[in-house]
Amino acid sequence: MSTPVTALDRLRALPARNAGLRAALFALRWLITLAVTFVGLLAVTFVIGRKVPIDPVLAVLGDRASASAYAATRAALGLDKPLAVQFWIYARDVLHGNLGTSLLTSNPVLTDIQRVFPATLELATLSTVIGVLIGVPLGVLAAVRHNRLIDHVARFIGLVGSSVPVFWLGLMGLLLFYAKLHWVSGPGRLDPVFDGMVDTRTGSLLIDALAAGEWDVFFNALSHIALPAAILGYYSVAYLSRMTRSFMLDQLSQEYITTARAKGLPERRVVWVHALRNVMVPLLTVIALSYSFLLEGSVLTEIVFAWPGIGSYLTGALLNADMNAVLGSTLVIGATFIALNLLTDALYRVFDPRAR
Amino acid sequence: MKRVLRNALAAAAAAGAVSLSLTAMQPAAAATPKDMLVMATMLDEFSTLDPAEVYELVPEEYIANTYDRLVRVDLKDPSKFNGDVAQSWSVSPDGLTFTFKIRSGLKFHSGNPLTADDVAWSIQRTVLLDKGAAAVLQGIGLTKDNALKNVKKVDDTTVSVTTDQKYAPTFVLNVLGAWPASVVDRQLLLTHQQNNDYGNAWLRTNEAGSGAYRLVKWSANESLILQRFDGYRVPLAMKRIVLRHVPEASGQRLLLENGDADVARNLSPDDLTALEKSGKARATAVPQATLLYLGLNVKNPNLAKPDVQEAMKWLIDYNGIQTNIAKSTYKVHQTFLPEGFLGALNTNPYHQDVAKAKALLARAGLPNGFNVTMDVRSSYPYNEIAQAVQANLAQGGIKVEIIPGDNKQTLAKYRARQHDIYIGEWSADYIDPHSNAQGFAWNPDNSDKSSYKMLAWRNSWDIPELTKETNAALAEASAAKRAQLYETMQKQMLAHSPFVIMFQQVSQVAVRPGVSGLEVGPINDLVSYLHVNKQ
Repeated sequence: MSTPVTALDRLRALPARNAGLRAALFALRWLITLAVTFVGLLAVTFVIGRKVPIDPVLAVLGDRASASAYAATRAALGLDKPLAVQFWIYARDVLHGNLGTSLLTSNPVLTDIQRVFPATLELATLSTVIGVLIGVPLGVLAAVRHNRLIDHVARFIGLVGSSVPVFWLGLMGLLLFYAKLHWVSGPGRLDPVFDGMVDTRTGSLLIDALAAGEWDVFFNALSHIALPAAILGYYSVAYLSRMTRSFMLDQLSQEYITTARAKGLPERRVVWVHALRNVMVPLLTVIALSYSFLLEGSVLTEIVFAWPGIGSYLTGALLNADMNAVLGSTLVIGATFIALNLLTDALYRVFDPRAR
Repeated sequence: MKRVLRNALAAAAAAGAVSLSLTAMQPAAAATPKDMLVMATMLDEFSTLDPAEVYELVPEEYIANTYDRLVRVDLKDPSKFNGDVAQSWSVSPDGLTFTFKIRSGLKFHSGNPLTADDVAWSIQRTVLLDKGAAAVLQGIGLTKDNALKNVKKVDDTTVSVTTDQKYAPTFVLNVLGAWPASVVDRQLLLTHQQNNDYGNAWLRTNEAGSGAYRLVKWSANESLILQRFDGYRVPLAMKRIVLRHVPEASGQRLLLENGDADVARNLSPDDLTALEKSGKARATAVPQATLLYLGLNVKNPNLAKPDVQEAMKWLIDYNGIQTNIAKSTYKVHQTFLPEGFLGALNTNPYHQDVAKAKALLARAGLPNGFNVTMDVRSSYPYNEIAQAVQANLAQGGIKVEIIPGDNKQTLAKYRARQHDIYIGEWSADYIDPHSNAQGFAWNPDNSDKSSYKMLAWRNSWDIPELTKETNAALAEASAAKRAQLYETMQKQMLAHSPFVIMFQQVSQVAVRPGVSGLEVGPINDLVSYLHVNKQ
């Protein structure tokens, strides 16, 4: 009995000279997967959003509006139509680049996302940079000096990072570095006196201020983002150091490490070139996951630091059944995940020859 | 190995230096500028900036300071009114038509002149748009069918408003002095009109007023920046007012203590206590026209029994909840008119008396109590108060199952009359007693299809007699007689009603030393930045 031959098998069987065609077919397959993922994401979020027992009309009109106003708003929102029709209208608008208008801000959802997502992106990127720059060396060091003081320190940092709530650490950080020591600025992205001094280009205040040559604004924005980035960065450090330590311990016990040492290779080269290069693939996955998690928006951090990011935007939208905003945010977060996955895949190829 | 350690330490130190340099770049700013007032508050209620659409509390405050209206109630004496764009006004002998003389020389922020046309068009616009705010103007009989006829420009400086029936003049003036009657720039809005929307789509994110301050920038859930309107008829000390969204009370306190905010509006009782100790700010308590109550759905046969309703009122430990949970943000208040309203009966006859409650339950045929559910929004202080109420009612044998939910979720259930007990708040739209009487003591149609879904309806309380009394009090021209009528109604409802009114909200406004003149009334529509000063 022969095994059925699938389209994928036929694709793999294409001769090497058809490499271009093979790449195009793979790209097509990837695009179809992407489209199905997006439609699935939209459909599931849409149905959940419509089925939650929250009345979006109340978010628009309040609870004292007349019956006529209620009926008119319900019709204007399209809520009187069957669910399938509502979904079709929404999906059609999305395909035309229209994510609708938010009930909560009266702005087009795209405008809102252009405002809140860069705030999250700026914070998440800075936190991840801190996490990678401190967490990875710390993890390596903890593995190399296994069960020594530095290992205990790394494990303690990891333990605190896993057990202390982020809002508590945020509040304590504010109390110490803002209220007592005056090292950083308080909640918010900028002092009110600087608000509106630079034009929004990228949405990142740091980049926009630099581009405009407004150093006062840049340093003020930096002093506002420093603490939330350091707090989120700490959690990133805790997670990445723990994972790096674990990956490195595994690699350092491998025979090829013993061989390398036996050959007389310097320890620096054994650890930083041989062992670390081999943990880069799983480490990249972990870093990408940590970054994606931060890009979803850390709601509690955003609340404590009055940071207008996508996390609090999405939460507010969910609690008010502002479905356009919920779906728009979900799409953006979904797209970010997919983009990060692609980037990670590409980096795998750099570090792992087998993936090329 | 040592070299590895050295390299790793160097890498970690470099990374540490990056993060430390971030924190050491610039110390926190000192005080805010002398001509700028920065207020830490919560802006998550803002969904629109159009006065015809706004219905939430903080947005009303924004409207109150960026738009003018015909009149405003006098905070010192709520039976009196001050002219805003109206220079004077009179009432026709039949009590139906109110005629307003408009001040001359007024201008909008756009530079357009403010005329009688604008005033009449603004009121008509709110009614014809029929959004959330229209309900307030419907209170004086203005409907989509009669708005054009009943609100008229008489001449270039005169406007008249005719009501559908005779109402107490103070009530009509309160309604016309509320935010839905704000005067908008007709000429400007018509240039932004799309599909006959009276400029609504544009005004949702813009401003077209003539008030003391003009809108500079609104970033949803972030900040709202207002700039002094130099053409305003009163001199203003503050050049800029900045409202910052700071959702966490501790964050507001830290900003205030460090001088990065001049005013904080949402501090928790603990934060207030700590602030007062530090001496870095002073707090002023302002009783609000917001009541916290239990609504008992009389569709539930047990809750329909008057003895059970009364027993529940005797089971609640009002003082205990106020002292231990609500603290300085609520005070005990048991009647449906908040303190400060015309006719308010400031008496709190109920206190916890378990023996009396048990006797009443026994008389109702429920000596062992009964099981019931309570819908509670999952946020402070509702959760905590609901748990205390649950414990109090259990002392009489009433076993309450708490159903937690989001505010909109519990409200939707309440409006569908699917609850047993609902714990919630009611805020007056304007400081006329009718705003609350209509909520608690008025139900002209108890059927499921009723157009009027006020609190009595939501609790299925059919009250033809009380509805008549509410209507009679609304039509009474004499303030003294009107006050008497409301007092009588409150006494009746204290004894028999499916409402256990427990607390009146108290707003604690914390300001830094040197800041003065911020007027905070019992509703957000009566918060004024006009006389704010900083030294």
